[in-house]
Order: sequence, then C-alpha cells, then structure tokens
Amino acid sequence: MTLDLSLLPDGGMSWLDASGPNSDIVLSTRVRIARNFQAKAFTVRAKPEDLFEVRERVLGATKESAAFENSAVFNVDEMGRIERQLLHERHLISRELAGLDRQTQVRPGATLLTNGELGLMVNEEDHLRMQSLQSGFDLLKAYRLLERFDTELGGRVPFAFHPEFGYLTACPTNAGTGLRASVLIHLPGLVLTKEIGKVLQGLSQVGLTFRGLYGEGSEVVGNFFQLSNQTTLGKSEEDLLDHLGSMVRQVVEYEAQAREVLQTEAPAVIADKVWRAYGLLRYARSLSFEETMNLLSGVRLGAGLNLIHNVSVYTLNKLLVFSQPAHLADQEGRVLSDPELPVSRASYVRRVLEGDAAHHASNDSAGQ
Amino acid sequence: MLCDHCNDRPAAIHLTQIEGNDVTTAHLCEQCAAEKGIQAGTTVTKLPLAGFVASVGQGAAAALPPDADAGSCEFCGATLQDFRDTGRLGCAHCYATFEPHLRELLRRIHGAPHHTGKLYLPATSASPEDPEQHIELLREQLRRAVDAENFEAAAELRDRIKALE
Repeated sequence: MTLDLSLLPDGGMSWLDASGPNSDIVLSTRVRIARNFQAKAFTVRAKPEDLFEVRERVLGATKESAAFENSAVFNVDEMGRIERQLLHERHLISRELAGLDRQTQVRPGATLLTNGELGLMVNEEDHLRMQSLQSGFDLLKAYRLLERFDTELGGRVPFAFHPEFGYLTACPTNAGTGLRASVLIHLPGLVLTKEIGKVLQGLSQVGLTFRGLYGEGSEVVGNFFQLSNQTTLGKSEEDLLDHLGSMVRQVVEYEAQAREVLQTEAPAVIADKVWRAYGLLRYARSLSFEETMNLLSGVRLGAGLNLIHNVSVYTLNKLLVFSQPAHLADQEGRVLSDPELPVSRASYVRRVLEGDAAHHASNDSAGQ
Repeated sequence: MLCDHCNDRPAAIHLTQIEGNDVTTAHLCEQCAAEKGIQAGTTVTKLPLAGFVASVGQGAAAALPPDADAGSCEFCGATLQDFRDTGRLGCAHCYATFEPHLRELLRRIHGAPHHTGKLYLPATSASPEDPEQHIELLREQLRRAVDAENFEAAAELRDRIKALE
C-alpha cells in the first residue's frame, strides 16, 4: 500500500463487509453535510493562506473529538495523482477534492480526515464536507453519527448560518440543511425487466435524482445507481431522510419483485446469464472497466438469487473498488495504460475469484 | 416547484449538469422537456444538453434583471456577475449582500426559501462582544423554530435566551 489506510478497517471502507440492512440490493448509504466558516471566503475565492488556516482550525477542533480518536489524516494537496485517485476510487474523497479534472488542480489545503465510517473533506467546494458511509440501507445510522459530530464541531468553529436560508454554501443548490443523502443501489432486475425507466421517472417526479457509481457527472455502469435528494432547503433533515428512505424502500421492493419475476418466468435464462458472467470474470484475460462492472452486476445478481455460492458479496464489493485503475497501479507499483491495464485487471479479478472459490469449496467439504 | 422554462406547469424533470466548475440545475415540466428533446430515464445523463441547460441555469442563477446592479460583496468583493459566471457565491456575506435576488433563486431551486431544519447554536459565541445582538439572533431563531414546529430546538433556544437575560 502506498497509503497508510491499513490501520482502518478495510482500508477506510467499512461498508464493504455487506453487514448492513438490505445489503444484497443496497451497497452503501452515504449522508453528507456541507458547512462553511462564517468569516472566510468560500474555497473558490479564498487565498491559499486562508485555506491553510481553515485546515489548521478544523484539524485542531477534531483533535478533541472522540469520534476521530482512531483516524487518518491525508494532506491531499501534497499527494501524487495516483494516490489522490485511489482515495477517490474508494469513495473517500470527491473528484473535486482529488483535483482529477483536467482544467482544475488540487486546491491548496485540500485534506481528508477519516475514521472509516465518518469522513471529513476540508476545502472542497465548501470548507467542510462531512460524510458518513454505512453498509447497506441505513440512512438513520449514517445521519445520527454525522449529526452528533456536526454539533460538536459547530461548537468549536463558527459555521456560516443565516436565520432564513440556513447553513450557507458556495452553491445555492446545497444551502439550508446542506444535506445530501444517497443510496448506492444495484437494480439489475428492474433493468432486465425494462421497468427501470418508469422507476427513475417516478423518482424525479418526487424530487429525487439519480447518478452513476461516482456521483454527480458520472455515468451509470453495471446497473449501479445512486439515488439522492434533489433539494436541501425548506424541509428538515428528518423529512429529507424520511422521504428518500420511503422511496428507496419502494425501489428495493420493486427490485425484489422484478428478481422474483425473472426467476419464475425465465430461470434458465437468468442462471445462464449469471454463470456466464462468473465464467468470464473467472477466466478472461483482458477486462475493460465497463465490462467488469457489468459482469460484477451479473454475478452479484446470481449471489442475491442464491444461484452462485462460490463468491461472497464482500468479495464482489471489494472487486468493484480494487479493479479500478489507481488500485491496479498501486498493486503493480506503476501506472498502467492500455493494453496492460485490462490485462492486469483480468489477472487481479481471476486471482481474487479463485481464492474465494477455493475458500468456499474447503468450507463446503469441512461442513460435510 | 414550477418549470424553469414555461414557469407555468409543475417541474417533473430535474437536470443537474456540471461543466468544469459550473453546476447548473434545470427543473422542467414534461412538455417543455419533451420540446427540448429530453426524456426522463436512463438516457438523460448522456444527452448533449450543455448549451440548453447552461442557458436555463443562468436564467435561474440570475432570477434577476440582467442589468441589476447589486454592487459587490463588502467582505469578499464578489459581484452578481461573478456568481452568474461560476455558479458559486464568494462567501457567507454574499447571501446578505444579494439577499433579495438569492431569495427568489432559492425558491426556484428548492421550491421554498425558508430553512426549517437544524438550527445552528454556536456554543462558543455565547458571550461575544455584543450580547444584545446575540440574544436578538437567538430570538429570531426561536421564532423560526416555532414556525417550523421544531419544538425541541425551540425549547433549547428559550433556555439559552433566559440564561443570557
């Protein structure tokens, strides 16, 4: 590991273990809130010395916090591109904080503080973006953790707050609660039964929005969708979470129904589909990112339907993250590009699946 | 929430687009969206709508007359034109400087301009230079908490005001 995330459970991604509610369909729940300092220009307009001061004050304030007793701090502005991309691939920092866009650079003072389930991005679009990531579908747990920390931190540093507009943010689309809750959900059943269009349209009609695996601006691959609230002002945090929660519950139900339909009406087709996906992942010699995501989607569906037992959801979650470019570069110790990259990816996926299959086989024989 | 385009029918399709650092959000009714060739569903993210969405976004980013001269923010120097260009405000004080314009914009984005969520209770500023002003701020927050039927927060605010008085 280039980065010392090893002290944290699962390299800062405790959600990988698939221990949360509905984790066969919902991978993770993320809640983030945006906060800014009252007496500092927002990051886009701030001078570097202001950004450094923001970092210092935030880190100083978190030192006394019990929540961050066992945590890791990364000065993102001093890291190389691959390391920054690695944190981004782990969903620990946003694309903006990682400075991955060609036009932009890493902002001075860009920092990540994380303890594995609670993360703090400093000097993102807003001075502070706090986020909580939980396994499965658990909005309340994610928010409760965050809320407590927000109150604590707000007592130590002065947040920008307006009696009418609420918490003030650089972009007015985040003002008010500053809260964006999103659920990373896997919907192959609805895609295969061609119901997904209706479901997504329905969500947009009730003020929710969907994005791809990596949030705003990312495309949907592998039937993974991020569902989140669209507005942040005019409703309380609890109402926003309730609303998103009740809609996601319905989507989970629809997805479960769609899977049932698939299994009763076309069992042979589905079984073939998921085993082909598994076969390709297990034996292919070159895999693109998009193909990998689509195949992982098929295998995950097979695991959810109890068709495939050779692989755990934990392993599938891990593959989703670790088969990405910066992670492969990290494992190989150098930056890879085509045609090496898809070859390295296929070799990594093969190794992991072989290991998991051997593990399950020995468990099976031990059980007999 | 009304459609950004016709301002008549309820918005059914919500589009957020990022170009560089600019975030533009468009809320459209089905009819206007169809006229612009947008369909709800999985294809939304892939359509090349940059130009259109940007124009809608700017319409919203300045739900204000184009020649509106609101001056510049005393704290950070940002102007409404800066906001139009970047989609981002310069600092917390911009919200006060451009308050009337932003109120309309926030209403269009969120459907409501009033915060009814968590109140900020700065623990450390309980004894600032101007206690009068602080009590006034707390009273204002109390009024809003009651309006929002956030009674838990209201009770806490009432206690704080009492303690200060």
